[in-house]
Amino acid sequence: MLQGWVIVLASFLYLGVLFGIAWYADHRADHGRSLIANPVVYALSLGVYCTTWTFYGSVGRAAANGIGFLPIYLGPTLLFALAGFILYRMIRVAKSNRITSIADLVASRYGKSQLLGGLVTVIAVVGVIPYIALQLKAVSNSFTILSSYPDIVMPASAGAVPLFQDSALYVAMILAAFTILFGTRHLDATERHEGMVAAIAVESIVKLVAFLAVGAFVVWGLHGGVADIFARAAEVPEVARRLTRADTSAAYGSWGTLIFLSLFAALLLPRQFQIAVVENVDVKHLNRAVWMFPLYLFLINLFVLPVALAGLLHFPAGTVDADTFVLTLPMAHQQEGLALFVFIGGLSAATGMVIVETIALSTMVCNDLVMPLLLRLRWLGLAEKADLSGLLLEIRRWAIAVILGLGYLYFRVAGEAYALVSIGLISFAAVAQFAPVVIGGLFWKGGTRDGAVAGLVAGFVLWAYTLLLPSFAKSGWLPEGFIAHGLFGIELLRPQQLLGLTGLDEITHCLVWSLLANLGAYVGVSLLRVPNAREARQASLFVGGTDLAGHTAWGGSAGVADLLPLAARFLGRERAEEGFLRHARSRSLKSVDELPGDARLANFAETLLAGAIGSASARAMVASVVSEEPLGLDEVMNILDEASQVRAYSRELEQKSQELTRATAELRQANERLRELDRMKDDFISTVTHELRTPLTSIRAFSEMLHEDPKIDLAQRTRFLAIIVSETVRLSRLINQILDLAKLESGRAEWTVAAVDVGEVIREAADSLTALFAEKRVALDMDDLHPGLTVMADRDRLMQVMVNLLSNALKFVPADSGRVRVGAEGTASEVRVRVWDNGPGIHAADHEVIFDKFRQGSGGTDVLTDKPQGTGLGLPISRQIIEYFHGRLWVESTSGAGACFVFTLPRQAGDNNKLATAERESQRGGPAAGAALSDSGGKHNGVRGGSQ
Amino acid sequence: MIRTRLVAQRLAFLFLLGCLFFNYPLLSVFNQGGSLFGMPPLYAWLMASWLVLIALLALVVERKHD
Amino acid sequence: MSHRILVVDDEPNIVISLEFLLKKEGYVVAVAGDGEAALQQAGQFLPDLVLLDVMMPKKSGFEVCETLRANPALAGVKIVMLTARGRETEVTKGLALGADAYITKPFSTKELVARIKALLG
Repeated sequence: MLQGWVIVLASFLYLGVLFGIAWYADHRADHGRSLIANPVVYALSLGVYCTTWTFYGSVGRAAANGIGFLPIYLGPTLLFALAGFILYRMIRVAKSNRITSIADLVASRYGKSQLLGGLVTVIAVVGVIPYIALQLKAVSNSFTILSSYPDIVMPASAGAVPLFQDSALYVAMILAAFTILFGTRHLDATERHEGMVAAIAVESIVKLVAFLAVGAFVVWGLHGGVADIFARAAEVPEVARRLTRADTSAAYGSWGTLIFLSLFAALLLPRQFQIAVVENVDVKHLNRAVWMFPLYLFLINLFVLPVALAGLLHFPAGTVDADTFVLTLPMAHQQEGLALFVFIGGLSAATGMVIVETIALSTMVCNDLVMPLLLRLRWLGLAEKADLSGLLLEIRRWAIAVILGLGYLYFRVAGEAYALVSIGLISFAAVAQFAPVVIGGLFWKGGTRDGAVAGLVAGFVLWAYTLLLPSFAKSGWLPEGFIAHGLFGIELLRPQQLLGLTGLDEITHCLVWSLLANLGAYVGVSLLRVPNAREARQASLFVGGTDLAGHTAWGGSAGVADLLPLAARFLGRERAEEGFLRHARSRSLKSVDELPGDARLANFAETLLAGAIGSASARAMVASVVSEEPLGLDEVMNILDEASQVRAYSRELEQKSQELTRATAELRQANERLRELDRMKDDFISTVTHELRTPLTSIRAFSEMLHEDPKIDLAQRTRFLAIIVSETVRLSRLINQILDLAKLESGRAEWTVAAVDVGEVIREAADSLTALFAEKRVALDMDDLHPGLTVMADRDRLMQVMVNLLSNALKFVPADSGRVRVGAEGTASEVRVRVWDNGPGIHAADHEVIFDKFRQGSGGTDVLTDKPQGTGLGLPISRQIIEYFHGRLWVESTSGAGACFVFTLPRQAGDNNKLATAERESQRGGPAAGAALSDSGGKHNGVRGGSQ
Repeated sequence: MIRTRLVAQRLAFLFLLGCLFFNYPLLSVFNQGGSLFGMPPLYAWLMASWLVLIALLALVVERKHD
Repeated sequence: MSHRILVVDDEPNIVISLEFLLKKEGYVVAVAGDGEAALQQAGQFLPDLVLLDVMMPKKSGFEVCETLRANPALAGVKIVMLTARGRETEVTKGLALGADAYITKPFSTKELVARIKALLG
């Protein structure tokens, strides 16, 4: 005895179990151990496609026209054969763009248009409401029938039942409460509902097993197998006609249309999109679903025709609604348990559909319709609110309630006029209107927002006119004449024979017109203008590739021919080609040449380059070859921002390269200077060698002659010996001066700095040379020397300079008539000493040359001209000494008019660091340094004295 | 893997094959009276070809080595 | 008949030593202190051999050597270059310009005499 309360209790128990499963799955998900991350669960959850339409309606459809129920399942089978092209891409696009519904997808694809999002939502809600009504009708009917057990009583027309005695109302309310519990417990940014998916997968199993149980009972319990049923059916002419189809082109056209329609429905119905795309955990799960979901459809349809035929054979024609055969056949054979199980299966099919559909719709209503409107109402101040999640959940709950309310309303208004399947097909036709904008949006870059709006509006209006309004008319809510005579009585506007098109069933008729208008408007309006920047960018995200998330997408494109040489410029040919080949392989292409010149390639090239030259430069480089389409303000601002970084970077690069050029020039200069120094060193050594060898030659020659020939007379012998002695002296002096100079130049000379009276030094130097001057009979005049011409210097070194200058002058003035004059004067800052002579003077060109080593003034530029006197080192040494004390030594002279050597010394030599450092070093030098220096000190004195 | 081009193309081929199986004119060949394995020829054909198609789909996507 | 030798050097002490040495060996010796004087002397003195210092004022030994070789009147004259600079390049240059021998300073008097004897032999 199946009391009403038993059925109700069983129903609530079942819903309770479902809720428990959902709760457990959510709990697992919260702990990171997802129950639904499994390809089988994914494939099973896709079974939400099979609603009460399938569970009860297919048999009804089959009872009416045989195999005609089947296209609805062949379509999805074909859709999954296209998974690699459509579903796979859709999932990738949805994941990378965080798309949460079909409305979101369309809005996002056409430039994130709120208008489109709202439009799709309205179409989806209006289109799907008949479908929800279908579920309510099926559940309430099955409840009514089952509760009359053991009698088989068809339920009264819904309109005839008072509102509060209508079980459909309670079904709607219970389903609304259940859905709210399921889907709006908390908010998930990804709009994913793990618990719901787990429950749906379980429901898929329940309804399949229930249906297979009925099928097995009917086929083997009531008959002797499938062949038996078909054989019996063939005997009854009234039933036998269901075994074949009308062999007309219209019938085949209608058949094909349904396959086509269901293919799109399985993709575009809000609940299908929710399960297949939004709830997809891993795109790889699609692999299993490709065959498992079609197999599910196959199994659930396996017994449809046999059950339908059995029902027709069992019940007298017209007594029992064929939509209820699944339930009434077991009841008629007193199978209470099976009947209850069937009811639960039907409940399963209905709840699954209603839960997922209304959750998906409520998400759309909330995100794409209500929230944009609320956010526009500034007086609500929502935009400033930090946490809107509570409000969002509230909106969704109300949306669920309202949608189910509308479904119930449709059921009351139009539900009786149609069989289950026909009601469902109205919804299928509605969502098919999304096909052009969705499929077109995934494969065609040219679609614009305006085109999408135009297509959707055109398709929706025609759908409503040719399918929805007639359903109201047939239920008496609109005048019957509307269908028979057209709007305003215009025959051409008859909704189901529009423009006189006849011979098609109403679904095909609706699809022909609505999709024609839809596609035409979408493509036609899109082609009115080129996509703007936002549309173009989104188009490249959707059409161009599937894994562009995180990149700044390239608006334009460039081919391998451009990008490969660019990469090769920075990475080298080999590495660039290797990288491109890898990229080609990752896109399942055999060679680099097959790579399409799309945004993905540009992104790849950018990434490849970024590794080598930094991301900003890489973008700039790729930009130089990618032909970018015009961009909107946002993009321009972004790129300006990046471009300024690039500019800064390139400025830096330029600066660096300038610095490099400068450094290179400096290095080249230094190198030249080094080479010059090297050459000078070689010359110096060569000259020194020559200077040393010359006296040695005389010494050796004379010594050998004296040694080998003892008979040389005394006068000769004495003369030779004198030459040897003088050459030896010359050699020693030379060596000492070379050493002295080397010491001065290397800064290792010993300095004893003290206050020195320059006048005193001059007098002393002159005194020491008196004999030489007298010998050559040259006059040495001295100006009055003011006392107090003191400088900070090394007295001995200063003496060395003075002696050198005086002996130099003496050397070049003629004997007897020669004159040399010395003067000194002081200013506040320096002391100036002059040595005049009336010698031959010095060419202006030689004024500096004479201070070079081994060069002596003569008039020629050749080295060591006019050499008889001096070593050629006196003046260089003197200049070193004067410059050490920060003074200057130079010559003022014109050829033939005598010469004047001048040197200056600063009064306060103490202010220069070099001196102070030298002093410190000499003090710190210690005994060893002192000894080494004093060792040569004696020789210095000797040299100085004899320095001509 | 669906992402490999070859698999996607094989699936697309099966799509075309399915379109052929499930539509006119092949359908009209079986759309007649009589019996095939105890079933009406149209029903037998559709269920059988459907099952074959599902098997082929499984074969294409589940094949480990390629 | 004794050979005639022209000694050319700008170092008076070297000239003195060479003049004494060669006279003692029995040669007829003339001297010059620079390149110009050397060319003048060579024209008049017509030496069989010239001892020529390379580095001299007014005209270098190389120039003198070149000019001497260009003079047909002095076709058979032997030229011995003397240099205090021991560079390979100078030796090569001297020989290329037609010098018969190249002797670096300081030299061994015995060796010098031997070389001269060999050349005039």
